[in-house]
Amino acid sequence: MTQDPITLYQSMLTIRECEAQLNDLFAKNLFPGYIHSYLGQEACAVGICSGLNDTDYIVSNHRGRGHYLAKGMALKPMMAEMLGKATGICGGRGGEMHAADPALGILGGNGIVGAGMPIGAGAALAAQMDGLGAVAVVFFGEGASNNGAFGETLNVAAAWKLPLILVCENNLYAEMTPFAETVGQPDVAARATGYGVASEIVDGNDVLAVRAAAGRAVDRARVGAGPTLLELKTYRWGGHFEGDPRKYRTREEEAEWKARCPVARYRRHLVDLGVEEDRLGSLEAVVAAEVAEAVTFALDSPLPPPESALLKVFA
Amino acid sequence: MPTKTYCWAIIDAMREEMARDDRVFLMGEDVAAAGGAFGASRGLLDAFGPARVRDTPISEEIIVGMGVGAAMAGKRPIVEIMFIDFLGLCLDQIANQAAKTHYIYDGMFKMPLVIRTSSAVEMGIGPHHSQAWEALVAHIPGLKVVMPSTPRDAKGLLKSAIRDDNPVIFIEHIAMHRIKEEIEDDEDFLIPLGRADIKRMGSDVTVVASGLMVARALAAAEQVAGEGISVEVIDPRTISPLDFDTIAASVSKTNRCLVVSSSHKNFGFGSEVAAEIGERCFFDLDQPVRRLSPPFTPAPFGRQFDQFLNPDADAIVAAVRDLMA
Repeated sequence: MTQDPITLYQSMLTIRECEAQLNDLFAKNLFPGYIHSYLGQEACAVGICSGLNDTDYIVSNHRGRGHYLAKGMALKPMMAEMLGKATGICGGRGGEMHAADPALGILGGNGIVGAGMPIGAGAALAAQMDGLGAVAVVFFGEGASNNGAFGETLNVAAAWKLPLILVCENNLYAEMTPFAETVGQPDVAARATGYGVASEIVDGNDVLAVRAAAGRAVDRARVGAGPTLLELKTYRWGGHFEGDPRKYRTREEEAEWKARCPVARYRRHLVDLGVEEDRLGSLEAVVAAEVAEAVTFALDSPLPPPESALLKVFA
Repeated sequence: MPTKTYCWAIIDAMREEMARDDRVFLMGEDVAAAGGAFGASRGLLDAFGPARVRDTPISEEIIVGMGVGAAMAGKRPIVEIMFIDFLGLCLDQIANQAAKTHYIYDGMFKMPLVIRTSSAVEMGIGPHHSQAWEALVAHIPGLKVVMPSTPRDAKGLLKSAIRDDNPVIFIEHIAMHRIKEEIEDDEDFLIPLGRADIKRMGSDVTVVASGLMVARALAAAEQVAGEGISVEVIDPRTISPLDFDTIAASVSKTNRCLVVSSSHKNFGFGSEVAAEIGERCFFDLDQPVRRLSPPFTPAPFGRQFDQFLNPDADAIVAAVRDLMA
């Protein structure tokens, strides 16, 4: 979708700014419920979605804002949804873990770890049956790779050569437990071989590396060569949710990873390419203003009326 | 009208709907080459090919989950979970995904997913192949739960389920596969979901019976008719949403009610019907509502246990006589 270098930066910046603003709202007690922050993982969503079309599907998870924005969801209804407002893209019913936009192929988030993988396989199956070359991407964390749905999905995707890209954002922590303590093999991608699924391990903080790997996986999927598992090694700057005291890791480790910031890294790359500081500075100001406007819009929007809970149980 | 078995009624329903709408497809364990573990998809692979009739791995979560994803992407999947006892393996996809997708996303996605499954209550095949779990899934808002007791109902209800834009758990009973009945030869023959059927008119006692218990209730009704007791037998056909209006109208007329079910009494189908009748028809009742259900225990292997545990026609006769005493 987003092709030129500046647009990639803008997309990452928008995610970064949204996460920062939401954390700020949470700190001011203006956010209802939990925030599952995407700070630090921006290159994953942007690198993957930048090679997709509107007709391609994505299935997100409970840490989904990066995916929604990178696939093109409009900022204001996305932000209003996060706050559970009536102007949200789901009328405020979905909230922080659930947003969708069928017109953009965004098939929702999820509150259940691992549940999106079979749904992504189903979207890939529909795309395969339609024969128009569309693909499906499912985003999940490394924690979800220990769920039974992971094995079921890899197996059937390989058996049926589904046009599915399984994107594992390995941020090292499965909720509040270090992933390495829960597995005998810390590389999720290593499991793909046993299922007959192609895989790559990618630096998830390098948007260009992610984009290139996604391009290879999407190409394979579009021509009927089957699924690919991409393991993006990255880091979740925040806790599992905002307010998580993060007792399971050190502040030093966090500082090391923040020094590898994917947004700053790509900005340096743009400067090296010769993009002027002024241009980047004004883009940053524009993004900050857009996000601030979306936050204001969301805060000023009404809540859906309580009695609307009774609606839409059935189609 | 042609006479069809319950099993062929199910096959016919799928064949007609797949021919009518190319978004409809079938997947599940052994449904294609084998024609279904119980023969309920024979001929469909030949008729529609391997893209639309698909054998899956033994992976229940992904069978249902792919159905959810394909439905969100515009298909109208029929997925088969071989025994209802296996729903535990895919309950997240049923209860959290299929049932809530339309709701959570403010109606942006429809969920035209049919989950066909089979009950083998009373067939003696042990504790993991003998359960009546209709009440378990009926507790989840957003799901429709259908349980036909005759071939004609099976066909008309399955066709409606496939055309419905909501997720439907369609519970077949293997022991009924060979029952025969005349069925209208009409590709648009439909039985609406959510509407009960009065299988026998009567004036003294209302017997609400579901699934395997319907035929048994009818046999009991025939037996007590000779004693001058007139029994009305109501088959809800759809467990959820339940057609309480038809049941309440009957109870208001007969003033007595017995609910017969293969599902346990504890938090079960009979309890739900009894409670609702208590709220709606309390002053019409001459007797407390009675429930006949298996005791609150699993079923061991062997028909003798099943026969001991489940209500039979004699038990229904005794309960009806009790209500008239």
